[in-house]
Amino acid sequence: MKQNNLKGWLYLLPAFLFLGVFLVYPLIDVFIYSFEEGFNFASQTSFGVGFYNYAYVLSDPYFLQALKNTFILVLITVPVSTLLALLISVGLASIKKLRKLFQTIYFLPYVTNTLAVGIVFMLLFAKTDYTDGMVNLFLGLFGIDPIDFINGPYWAKMLVLCVYTVWIVLPFKILVLTSALASVNQSYYDAAMVDGTRKLRMFTKITLPMISPMLFYLIITGFIGAFKAYSDAVALFGTNLNAKEMNTIVGYIYDMLYGDSGGYPSFASAAAIILFVIVLTITCVNLYVSRKKVHY
Amino acid sequence: MNTKTLKLPQKARQNIIRALIYTGLVLWAIAVLFPFYWMLMTSFKSYGEYNGESVPSLLVSSPTFDNFLNAFTAVNLGRYLLNTLVFTVVTTLGMLVVTVFAAYSFARISFKGKALAFTLLLSLMMIPTELVVITNFVTVTELDLRNTMLGLVLPSVTSVFYIYLLKENFSQVPEELYLAAKVDGTGDLKYLFKVMVPICKPTVVTITILKAIECWNSYVWPRLITDDETMYLVSNGIQQIREGGFGRENIPAMMAAVVIISLPLIAVFLIFRNKIMEGVARGGTKG
Repeated sequence: MKQNNLKGWLYLLPAFLFLGVFLVYPLIDVFIYSFEEGFNFASQTSFGVGFYNYAYVLSDPYFLQALKNTFILVLITVPVSTLLALLISVGLASIKKLRKLFQTIYFLPYVTNTLAVGIVFMLLFAKTDYTDGMVNLFLGLFGIDPIDFINGPYWAKMLVLCVYTVWIVLPFKILVLTSALASVNQSYYDAAMVDGTRKLRMFTKITLPMISPMLFYLIITGFIGAFKAYSDAVALFGTNLNAKEMNTIVGYIYDMLYGDSGGYPSFASAAAIILFVIVLTITCVNLYVSRKKVHY
Repeated sequence: MNTKTLKLPQKARQNIIRALIYTGLVLWAIAVLFPFYWMLMTSFKSYGEYNGESVPSLLVSSPTFDNFLNAFTAVNLGRYLLNTLVFTVVTTLGMLVVTVFAAYSFARISFKGKALAFTLLLSLMMIPTELVVITNFVTVTELDLRNTMLGLVLPSVTSVFYIYLLKENFSQVPEELYLAAKVDGTGDLKYLFKVMVPICKPTVVTITILKAIECWNSYVWPRLITDDETMYLVSNGIQQIREGGFGRENIPAMMAAVVIISLPLIAVFLIFRNKIMEGVARGGTKG
């Protein structure tokens, strides 16, 4: 076909202009920032080049707290949400009545504003002077003493954050797994039925291997998403996350850039690159494991 | 007789399993719906009624609309909603124009460097927003675009993934249509908007809705770039309301604001349910 260089690039121009200015240039710039020592935002000057920003960030107690919080959050919510989603989708696949209705309901958290609904969770879990709150009331039925989940002990705050995160991420996982389950070829099950295979064995020998690519896709995106947790924490605990010991790595980056302790793009850049390296490493490990375990 | 006694427990077992499955599904449905129910119900309670309950009640005794009026008079919710609407419409339209042209270029026009440009585009999909937000913040600040609509919109316009999605769809349109149009003397621009876009309308609608949802819920970038309350979007607005709008204790009024913010999205979802779920299943992720 006739080459049409000018027109081709002309149609691409808007996209590449935007991508160049707001994606490619910043990507290069963030590395430069992270190595410029003592960068001053007002005068646009720096002392020199080196690893000082990284050293500072890695020894900052707030960053270490954020790192710890993020890792706990990831290690709890990724397995819990993936297993729960698997359980729910298998349940959904085995019923006919009301399936559409359940699917619609389960998807609702996906289309809600994280900040707005987070306030509802905060109020449900909070224990104030006036009331113990809905969740404590419920726990009271089992003889559990009221716990202050929002201003109380560390584990309680972490628990709420995990619960809310799982609630927010489940719709996507249920949706993906439901369509994966629906796409498994029925004839495998029919063959197994003829052989008199038991249900549990059918699940571990047919269903799981068939949906394993999607399962691993969910685990990988789940890890990436959980490492970037931030707005859920803000929704529950407010903008001053450091004071609540509930900051996340992304929260630390934004606090360094802007906010009460802000104005340090160099520290923010170093933290962002540390986060990027962590996520990249975990993703590579995941891909390596999946290559050994997943049936394509 | 013998077969019947064997069959009965089998059937009973199946019924028990089914009952367990439904119980589990209903429990999770309650877990999903309860926060929505609670916020809706609380938004109709009067200030006195809510604070008079040391044991929170699940019902409203005397429903009132005052909280909804309050949400528009006592705080700037109307302004936040308007800002968000403008931001969502402008960003989504901008994204559509940029995406449609780029996708068409990749799908139909042959030019030098296309393969390289496409590879470059795909590799950009892997860059996390957190990494580029820092420089964008500096860029927008230096351009003096803080607290302006332009500063909010510009970095949010392009979505690499949507270009990819639409390009794949454009490529499925038979090449013959294009050649026939060429013979008829139809220009690329006319062909794009008279043939390609109408044929691929489902995908165009899907990416429009997904982008609009993303815009309506965006929090991080607006928070960085606006500190003037008149430029807040709803996410920042609700945070502002929470930290000092109605006074910390007026929770029913706060819930009314939450309801108002959530309703448009839930309405859009219920109308376009199939489109949204299909689009998300094809590879959308949150955030």
